[in-house]
Amino acid sequence: MIITNIESIPNREIISHFGVVSGSTVRAKHVGRDLMAGLKNIFGGELVEYTELLNESREEAMGRMKKEAQSLGANAILNVRFSTSSVAAGASELYVYGTAVKIA
Amino acid sequence: MIDIIIVLTLLLLGFIFGSIAEKNHYKSIRRRENLFKHIPTIGLKNPINPDNIRTTRLVVGNVVISVDYFKRFMAFISNIFGGNVSSYETLIDRARREAILRLKEDAKGASEIINLKLEASSINKSAKGSIGSIEMFAYATAIYRKK
Repeated sequence: MIITNIESIPNREIISHFGVVSGSTVRAKHVGRDLMAGLKNIFGGELVEYTELLNESREEAMGRMKKEAQSLGANAILNVRFSTSSVAAGASELYVYGTAVKIA
Repeated sequence: MIDIIIVLTLLLLGFIFGSIAEKNHYKSIRRRENLFKHIPTIGLKNPINPDNIRTTRLVVGNVVISVDYFKRFMAFISNIFGGNVSSYETLIDRARREAILRLKEDAKGASEIINLKLEASSINKSAKGSIGSIEMFAYATAIYRKK
């Protein structure tokens, strides 16, 4: 499965389109993680826990998108975009979408 | 009285640790930016030379950085008088450069990185006692060429 955010894959031809595929996760924060974040809030610096949390969530969203593409019979996802929105206080949605295609 | 002492202590702590952290971070950013200087990173959608491409891959990098107490206080002051909030400018600059650097680390061995997109989101902005932290997320396509 080739995933890219450009509109075509160089030197490969697109055989068929399957339309938009997407994946999303909504993640809430962890109390323990929040406590550390509160401390960091005084001293500044990177919030490693949050970096990891968001990274994992994004990977999960990508996994869901990949699964959808695979079930359609695609072997590549082009023009992938990410978007983040905060649903409620303390929870955020990570959304990823792209176009599933079959390439030669 | 005690309240004022607590606030002043937090301000002092924030100022000292915050500026040390920022200085070290900028130092590390500059060092690593030099390390990855040889990989062209561009916002164009198409590779410079479409021949000889072995494969492409989505590469990502993200970072969450929190502002310190002192900077938040300075931002609050700026909010009253208006003008540039320089304390937040450096925070966002650091986050952006760090995210791009992590993306480049992810793209090890790539000959170029194209279609770089950056996205910022503030974490927990609607909650009470909100945390002044932002997430910066960078994604792009890495191009690997045939040897």
